[in-house]
Amino acid sequence: MSNPIPNEVPHLLVHEEADNVGVVVVEGLTAGTDMLCCITHDNSTFRLTAGADVPIGHKIALKDLKDGDTAIKYGEDIGKVIADIVKGGHVHTHNVKTKRW
Amino acid sequence: MSKYSNITFKGFRRENGRVGVRNHVVILPVDDISNAACEAVANNVKGTMAIPHAYGRLQFGEDLETHFRTIIGTGANPNVHSVVVIGIEPEWTKRIADGIRTTGKNVAEFSIEQKGDFETIRAASWAAKEFVHMATEIQREECSVNELWVSTKCGESDTTTGLGSCPTVGNMYDKLLPEGITGFFGETSEITGAEHICQKRAINEEVGERWYKMWKAYQDDVIFAHQTDDLSDSQPTKGNILGGLTTIEEKALGNLEKIGRTSKFIDILEPAEAPNSGAGLYFMDSSSAAAECVTLMAAGGAVIHTFPTGQGNVVGNPIVPVIKITANPRTVRTMGEHVDVDVSGVLRREQTIDEAGDALIEMIRRTANGRNTAAEALGHREFSMTKLYRSA
Repeated sequence: MSNPIPNEVPHLLVHEEADNVGVVVVEGLTAGTDMLCCITHDNSTFRLTAGADVPIGHKIALKDLKDGDTAIKYGEDIGKVIADIVKGGHVHTHNVKTKRW
Repeated sequence: MSKYSNITFKGFRRENGRVGVRNHVVILPVDDISNAACEAVANNVKGTMAIPHAYGRLQFGEDLETHFRTIIGTGANPNVHSVVVIGIEPEWTKRIADGIRTTGKNVAEFSIEQKGDFETIRAASWAAKEFVHMATEIQREECSVNELWVSTKCGESDTTTGLGSCPTVGNMYDKLLPEGITGFFGETSEITGAEHICQKRAINEEVGERWYKMWKAYQDDVIFAHQTDDLSDSQPTKGNILGGLTTIEEKALGNLEKIGRTSKFIDILEPAEAPNSGAGLYFMDSSSAAAECVTLMAAGGAVIHTFPTGQGNVVGNPIVPVIKITANPRTVRTMGEHVDVDVSGVLRREQTIDEAGDALIEMIRRTANGRNTAAEALGHREFSMTKLYRSA
């Protein structure tokens, strides 16, 4: 398979079009990086500026998320937003919590 | 016919028709206090392996049945050529030895009471030495892909497992289950958040409803009965959280990628239960802890385990080769000695899931032919019994 954009490796992968978070897949991502983002479901791409230094494997918000919103990944509910998150911001246990236990 | 139909490998055909990919002579303790004698026999006779464990005394009810199923299933696994069983007293020793004998393989049993360790070890060493001579004269023979029983469970998961290594296993199942392999998945607590999706992957409504009842029973009878605050300190684990997984729902959705896009499960198994509904995919009610889960699936009869990891779980099993798959480039860089299949190309969009699935199938074929996995080369032989409740 060829890269969506030749010679450029994506910084962020998103499972589904409906998702509001994506996963950082490169090491050492720094705030301000103009990220190449790829939706794995259809290989479509878009760009987004990283709002923070985010470690590989951690998530970034694709749009502004408000306290009480639902985080969506795999097109599914992965938990509730418990603190406002700006587009490009780091999404993790400090601002998203399970609805299960 | 697909390009996977003609896959063959050289395996060990056992007396009951099952096929193994290893040829272990195992020295198997019935109980914790027989570990020392078993280890002494394994030390005396090269080419044997003791499998020490923590339990086997004063268990009762379903907990005891799980213990027996696990020990008997381990001895009965086709990766095991023959077994020396040692227990403190003769009755449970005989029960386990007879359970393994139903496969037709050679089993010798010894009990320690009224003899002591020395006499037991002496007699058991003679039997073990005879089994080694027999095992080492066995030849591998050509077997077809549908004779493989392949299990899966992931560990030290992170967000890359849901993106890369779990879908790789799922792709393998989507390709090999139609060829007639038998598959296992499980990790009951780790389906939480994706149970609505898992239930729909049952072959029919009846199996789906039984699956849901089993999952709900664990939630109610174990988690909600014993939790002190919430499970956020355990599920996701600290390692999962370091790797970027935030909630159990997110972890579960990634976990379930291991059964691919088209595969359906045909039945539900008790912990360590062997499938008896024919070829296909089975859900085993099991812990999500790596060593416990792999131990149960090996006891259920799996001969190869596929293990996706993100942050780098190092688990192995005494009798079943555990193939590690990772998509995390940092784990490949920092823990490369544990990785059998590197699918980090999926994250770079250089490798498709279809290509990654083919790479795993090729590694399964090579492992079945005898290639030692990373976990085998590094001596990882974790064997952990599942304990349901306190002994009497």
